[in-house]
Amino acid sequence: MKNIGPDYYNISDELAEEELLIQQTANEFVQNEFLPIINEHYEAGTFPKELIPKLGDLGFLGSALPVESGGAGVTNVAYGLILHELERGDSGLRSFASVQGSLVMYPIYAYGSSEQKQKWLPGLGKGELIGCFGLTESNFGSNAGGMVTTAKKEGDNWIINGSKMWITNGSIADIAIVWAKDEGGIVRGFILEKGMDGFSSNDIHGKISLRSSITSELSMVNVRVPDSSRLQGIEGIKGPLSCLTQARYGIAWGMTGCATDCYLSALNYSKERKQFSKPIAGFQLTQAKLAEMLTKITNAQLMVMKLGRMKDAGTMTFHQVSMAKRNNCAMARDVARTSREILGANGITLDYSPIRHMANIESVFTYEGTHDMHTLILGEDITGIPAFD
Amino acid sequence: MKIAVLVKQVPGSESPLPLVSSQDWLDESQVAYIMNESDNYGLEEALQIREKNNDGEVVVVSLGPDRTQKVIREALAKGADRAIHIQTNENYPTDPLAAASLFADALKGEDFDIIFSGLQSDDLGYGQTGVILGELLGMSTATLAMATEILDNKIKVKRELEAGYFQWVTMSLPASISVQSGCNTPRYPSLKGIMGAKKKELNVVTPSVGDQNQSIKKIYAPNTAKETVMIKGSVDQVVEKLVTIFRNEIKIT
Repeated sequence: MKNIGPDYYNISDELAEEELLIQQTANEFVQNEFLPIINEHYEAGTFPKELIPKLGDLGFLGSALPVESGGAGVTNVAYGLILHELERGDSGLRSFASVQGSLVMYPIYAYGSSEQKQKWLPGLGKGELIGCFGLTESNFGSNAGGMVTTAKKEGDNWIINGSKMWITNGSIADIAIVWAKDEGGIVRGFILEKGMDGFSSNDIHGKISLRSSITSELSMVNVRVPDSSRLQGIEGIKGPLSCLTQARYGIAWGMTGCATDCYLSALNYSKERKQFSKPIAGFQLTQAKLAEMLTKITNAQLMVMKLGRMKDAGTMTFHQVSMAKRNNCAMARDVARTSREILGANGITLDYSPIRHMANIESVFTYEGTHDMHTLILGEDITGIPAFD
Repeated sequence: MKIAVLVKQVPGSESPLPLVSSQDWLDESQVAYIMNESDNYGLEEALQIREKNNDGEVVVVSLGPDRTQKVIREALAKGADRAIHIQTNENYPTDPLAAASLFADALKGEDFDIIFSGLQSDDLGYGQTGVILGELLGMSTATLAMATEILDNKIKVKRELEAGYFQWVTMSLPASISVQSGCNTPRYPSLKGIMGAKKKELNVVTPSVGDQNQSIKKIYAPNTAKETVMIKGSVDQVVEKLVTIFRNEIKIT
């Protein structure tokens, strides 16, 4: 964080030399390769696919997984710092990496057979293959356990029927981790491959948020997959939920990154923009905004740092992840909006990043467990009384 | 092919640069350091030569206090095979001859075929260390390299001259060559490289720094205050004075 962002509480002092260099590398990559093209892609509603192999070469996909599982064996803090820098660029870029690492590589690593790991993880880690994750359905979002996609056993095969909605990377994915209920109502995970009979995707258009990210609908009509494509190591809704814990961890870091970008844009602008013969940074109302934003960002940084060290130590709970995801999305949402406000009329164009982040954050605030759902997860943990079924 | 690359840790272009109270150096505790820009290109040139020949060794060499190991690790993460840190915690030299002499002492037993250095350091900017080092070690020297090509026991160097001209020179090896920024595309260190860097050999030598031929007396920011001149007189007089100023001071012809 030092050198490339506000580090008011000297959190960088807690980082290992490798972690600092990893963050610096991710920062340079985003600055040199991504920022020059993001606005073009954002306006066109496209994702810069040419960067995927570069992300793979650098080791940014599934980085915290062991090297033999397609990762780079770095700490969870280092992985978080990478996502921090990717989302400082754009939530679409971070979303791509989160889905690939946490929602595709992770379940194969954690629940896949050794054959599945060998077949998929190296290519996914290198960015030669792209994955997506199908859990949400159009009528089952927060209530994912109510899904109606089915998997029916027929001899050594499974027949999958249903559709999945809001799927990042859906139409560009070579494989999809699809969750479906068997005849006994048990949720099971399957690895579906592009081109399987009955398996198709359609992109969702007209998005005003996460425009530089591909979002699709997956459709399964009598898709026949062998039992060897099932994730053997897990059954029940805890399977997909455990993947979401991984992804939410990354989101908490990512939100800190995009808030940092918004804050720095607003800070720099306020020092240069003159009204009434002095920089607007010199006015109390602007200073109050800046002080509030930096305090919120510092809170968020402290939260993800501690969360990351707990994840590295193996003591992190999913409730703790919910708190960080919930807090940091809300924090970033506020910071982006306040930054946009400081930028005045200039803040409504893509020339300044806050409005782009602001629009993106609406998705991130909602996906991977809405703010309200995380509130209830915490409520249950605090009181012992679930407020939902 | 055995190649040494000199890298220097310098203040980043966006770093705050506060001075110590004696005004003869920066307050290093507040400076954010990075790898000197043109050194990064020297490193890339060395790595590409090693990769093209599928053989050889790239040794990164840096002079400075303990903090310098940060850029050494970065160079190792990008692919250098091992490193030599010439550690000078107190009074590290700001004199190019003294610096080059320390490099020469550390490198003379190694028989390098090529020594790459950046064109100049972004802090002191003398642009002499690589050339003096070449002289001290009896090597061919070239500056401002934009491209290199290895021939049999020789190296061909494309040098940048003034006014858009280039020059190709062929020199015998060993050679000490300082490279210009922009001559290649430096790589990012991969995570694999970063994680592997700490396992690579880092040899620390601690020579005593001899007398220096120069020392820094005072550092200060240039005075950029604007001066406003009011031109008075009749219209003709004002115009005449303006034309004189345009001709002689602003040099519009």
